[in-house]
Order: sequence, then C-alpha cells, then structure tokens
Amino acid sequence: MATEALGWWGVPLGIIAGTLRGSAPFLFVSLGECLTEKSGKINLGLEGTLLMGAMSAYGVSFLTQDMVGSFWAPWLGVLVAGLSGMGLGAIHGWLSQQRRVNDVAVGIAMIIFGSGLAFFLGKPFIQPQASQLFTFNWGAWSSIPAVQSALKVSPLFLIGVAIAPLMQWFFRSTRWGLYVRAVGDSPDAALAMGISIFKVRFLSIMAGSFLAGIGGACLSLYFPGVWTERISSGQGLMAVALVIFARWNPIQCLWASLLFGGAQSIGPAFQSVGIDSYYYLFNAAPYILTLVIMVITCSPKRTLIGAPGALGKSD
Amino acid sequence: MAYPRQPRFSRRQVVRGLMATTAFGVVTKFGTACSPGTDAGSAPGDSSAGGGEDLMVGFIYVGPKDDFGYNQAHAEGAAAMAANVAGIKIVEEASVPETTAVAETMRSMIEIDGAKVLFPTSFGYFDPYILELATEFPDVQFFHAGGLYQEGVHPDNVGSYFGYIDEAQYVAGVVAGATSKSGKLGFVAAKPIPQVLRNINAFTLGAKSVNPDITTQVIFTGEWAEPVKEAEATNSMADQGIDVVTCHVDSPKVVMETAEKRGIFSSGYHANQAPLAPEGYLTGAEWDWSSIYTRLGEEFLAGKTLMAGDIPHILRGGLADNFCKLSDYGPAVSEEAKAAADAAKDQLIKGELIIYPGGLKDNNGNVVVPEGEGYKQDNIELEKMDYLIEGVQGSIEG
Repeated sequence: MATEALGWWGVPLGIIAGTLRGSAPFLFVSLGECLTEKSGKINLGLEGTLLMGAMSAYGVSFLTQDMVGSFWAPWLGVLVAGLSGMGLGAIHGWLSQQRRVNDVAVGIAMIIFGSGLAFFLGKPFIQPQASQLFTFNWGAWSSIPAVQSALKVSPLFLIGVAIAPLMQWFFRSTRWGLYVRAVGDSPDAALAMGISIFKVRFLSIMAGSFLAGIGGACLSLYFPGVWTERISSGQGLMAVALVIFARWNPIQCLWASLLFGGAQSIGPAFQSVGIDSYYYLFNAAPYILTLVIMVITCSPKRTLIGAPGALGKSD
Repeated sequence: MAYPRQPRFSRRQVVRGLMATTAFGVVTKFGTACSPGTDAGSAPGDSSAGGGEDLMVGFIYVGPKDDFGYNQAHAEGAAAMAANVAGIKIVEEASVPETTAVAETMRSMIEIDGAKVLFPTSFGYFDPYILELATEFPDVQFFHAGGLYQEGVHPDNVGSYFGYIDEAQYVAGVVAGATSKSGKLGFVAAKPIPQVLRNINAFTLGAKSVNPDITTQVIFTGEWAEPVKEAEATNSMADQGIDVVTCHVDSPKVVMETAEKRGIFSSGYHANQAPLAPEGYLTGAEWDWSSIYTRLGEEFLAGKTLMAGDIPHILRGGLADNFCKLSDYGPAVSEEAKAAADAAKDQLIKGELIIYPGGLKDNNGNVVVPEGEGYKQDNIELEKMDYLIEGVQGSIEG
C-alpha cells in the first residue's frame, strides 16, 4: 500500500505521469489528421473513429482473451481498432471526394456515424473487463510507488513517439511523401505529374484513420482503460485542432500532444495537494494554453504557415 | 456550376402526394398506437383501445443506461417498475444532456408517446426545464430525483424523490476509516452540489467516528462523466498517500479500476463494483430504486396523483426504507471494521444515530449545524448543504 505522501513533489510528478499516460490518444489522432490534411482533405470524423477504435479494441480484447491469452488479446484489439478506423476512413475518403461534397460536412456526419456505431456495438462491452496492454515498468529502480506507477510506459505511446519523426522523414524524403504533399499543395501540378489525386487522398485518409483507431485503443486498453460512451470526451476533436496548432508538422504534433496530455492532469494534481480554488480554471488549462500559444504565434501579416495549399478548397 | 434541371410537379401530383402521405401517416399512427396495447390484453387491430389502458411512464437519463453507475441504477429500477406493476408501460431515453434537449425529450414523451408521468432523473434537468414543462402540461406528473423542490414555489405537479444515500456513505466511511492505515481518504467528486457534498461529509463523519484524526481529500472533476480526469484524480490521490478512495461520479468504474491498479482500497457508489476491484473493494453505497419505483407505480394505477396530494411532493428514505443499501464487505475488511459498520447500520435503521451532530463545523471553522440536537436526515437544511465539514480538504468555490 502506498502510504508515504509525496506532498508538493506530487504536482510535477503527476503532470509528468499524466503526460506519459494521457498524451498517446492525442498523438495518434493528431498524426493521423496531419497525414490526412497534408493531402488536402480535412477529416473531422476522427472523433467518431477514436470512439470506434476504443470500442473495437476493448471488444476484441475481451472476446479473444480466452483464445489467445491475455498478452496477445489486447494487441489483436489494437490491430482491429486500426482496421475499423480504416473502414470509417474509407467511407470518408470516398464520400468526401465526390462532386460537390464538402469534406467538413462529411466529417461531421462521420462523427455522428462513428460514435453511434460504436455506442450501438459497444453496449455489451461496458460491463465486462478486458485484458489490458502490458506496460514497461521503467520505475522499478525507485522504491516510491508513485514514481513506479508514473513510469509505467505504454508501448503504444513509444510507437506513437517513433511515428512522429518517421512521418516527418516520410514527407520530406520519400517519393510517396512528395506525392501526398503535392496533392495537398497543388492538385493541378500533381495531376500534371500523373498522380491520381483520388487515390492519394483516399489512401492518406485511410492511413490517418488507421492511426486514429489505434489512438482509440490507447484509451480503452491503456489509460483510463475502460470502454464507456464518454471515454473520448472530445479528445478526437481537440486533436484535429491540435494539427492546426502544430502547423501541420508531425514533430510539433508530438510536442503539442504531450502538452495537452500533461495539461489534463494539472487540475487533479493541484487539488490533491490542497490547491483547491479555481479548479474549473485548471481543468480548462489545455484550452487556455492553446489560446495563449495561438495568440503569441499568430500574425496579422501572414496566413498560417505550413497550411497545405489546397486544404479546404473544393475541386 | 450547372445544376441539374429541377423536376417539375403539377398541382395535381402535389395534392395527390400530400393526400397519400397523410393517409399513410394516419395508418401508421394507429398502427403503432395499438401495438403497445397488445400485451395488456387488447386484440391487435382494436384501434381505439390501445393507448388508453396502460399508463405510460417516461424515464430520462443523463448518460448511457448501462454505465455501472447512477443511470444504470435508475434504469434497473424502471425495469422493475414495468415488470412488477401490470398496466404500466415505460418509455426511456438515455444520454440526454442537461440542456434544452431534455425539454424536447420531455415534450415528445408527453405529446407523442402519451406519457402521463415523467421521471427526469438527472439533477440539472430541474431548473428551468422541468419547471417550464410542468407549467405547460399541468396534468402530467414530474418526479425529479434530487432535492430542489420547494413547497409553494414550484408547480403542484412536480415532486421530488431521493434517497438518503449519505446513510450508506456514513457506514462506508466507518469501514474506510477503520481500514485506512495512512488516515487519509480520497473522494473523487463531479460537481459541488448539495447531494455530492452530503455524501462527502457523511463519508468523512463515518470515518471520523472510528478515527477522529482522519482527513478526506476531495477532487472535483467538474463533469459527471470525465473518465480521463477521474483516473488522473485517483492516481494523484494515490501519489499523495491516500489509501481509500470513493467517488460520486456517474460511472465509478474508472475510479475503482484505477485504485485497484495502484493497490489502494476503494469504496463503491451507485451500484456494486466488487467485481472490478476484487482485492481492494471494501464496500459501497448502492441505490435501490426498484422498491420505490414499484411503490410509486402502484400508486399511479390506484389513481393517486401529486396534484390531488395523494402522493407526497417530497419522498425521502434511507437504509430503513430500502432507498439504498450497502455492498457486501470485501476481503480486506477486518472483523472489527465489520462490527463497527454493522453497529452504525443498525443504529441508522432504528433512527438512533444522527449523522450531523449539533455544533458541527465546516473546514473554515464556522459552525454549520447549531448547537443542540443536530440535523436529522429529514431536515430540509441538509438539502441546501453548501459546505465541507472539518476534516475534509477541499473547497467548493471553483
């Protein structure tokens, strides 16, 4: 039993632990959205994808834990979460590229569809407990239980951290990355190069939704580790906004996700050491941070740097 | 961009179409209206008998019906009402936010489903939504789960019912106080409203009855369902050496599971969460709505109403009246703790124990219960609670 108190050290520790625990969903969704938006389409439906991913990961982990054991079942869940995300992404990718169809409107429809489908299929999984993903216990050197628990790092988080520079490299140095950027910045030029705009966008949206689905799996199989209908509490939409905040740069998506993940734990961490006034304000910390950084970095003289040229323009 | 030519309809086609739609609408309306009547014994196709026989009762929940918590407890009670009382049909809607959405839900339950009695079960539905609808539909009865009804101020067809679940929380507090080694308890709460504060205070008073030095740390998450914040709150409490946590949020599942992962004890709320924390679960304060809903259902069928004054406007009860109960003790509860808790429970059921004694101070040092007898459970002052008692660390001002 954890009996020794940490006192004030609990605040920074809580925020670090919260960052390690809570930023993975933001990271996956924002990286997925980054890829999607680089190709020139917006996918607002990632909130629905996130919920669908959380539900399918939890459901699959629960249903298969007797067959494949409690180690592999959650990984199977992660895979299925990604695939279910791809399914939703395929719908969005096809639908949003039809003539006179607005991708924002389709995205909102996909939020409703994805969350509705997840709620409908997820009913039987609210009550049971599914096997959770294993964690790396990097805190074993410490005798303080709080540190041990804070340094339980999920492999999914590490994968997410690894994907960010990989995606940066993909955009900058590979032929396919160039295709995605070309389609996103100047579809006409891409067309002249002989690239199929439809295929590139379709595949980008599918891949982005795959990542968002895995983000959902982080929620239901790692932290907080349950499936309920309120599990996402708007994190999918926040992650979409985060991409703009990160200027469509995967590395900055990583920092932004860490910031948002950590900011989530500010309110509870402060209250637990006795700073109990203004907790509504502390709970709003992520949004206040966003506003502050937006105000600092914006400029009336130029438009958003890094925005893909064709983003949000109908063809 | 060229748009395709609009198809043209002649006046005759439009008139024909409108008539066909109306006819179809009328037929389906009768069709659905008589289908609920079939299990009450009327023959299908007997178009007029359908809606009149069964009393339609509407239940509205703020979250999903199977959340392992508040809404599930109500939904189980509603199902028991429908099952135990022949002649009652229920219509339910889940995940209705505390906004104008609930007014629309109530309106459609009244106008489309023909509901005569409504149970909007969430606290925030009351003002202004229930009050507005109650003035608009004076022949529909509204039962609100919560302590906001005021005699003479609010419409006649509004009633309030709630259980003194703080009695169960008091007993859970006794168990928690006897089990805690660090003398620090944790309480994850959603919003600082009177019912939540009452639970926090009762839990603390129960714990203090066995260990006067004990403290309870409160963390408010600000919303009824915020899984990530609830888990963060439980984690930071564990970091601070708190070794028993309980909560008042819509779905305690996250708090219980996180506490179990951190190896600390937990005390449940709303429903039995023992399976979620097989090692650390101590006990829990559970609702028992089925008995009260069944009783109300029978009274409705007997023709009693709030408006006539046959049903009291304020319905309250605690452990003695089966409004609430306690989960079975978990394996970590010692024999002494069990004995102390059972004794407190007996006294509460007999009405001998007063939870809020005279001279009780809040955590700013002000006396909140005047010297003397103390507040009994039915004291209306308790339903306006806006303080945290001595021994609770936290503040209700956001």
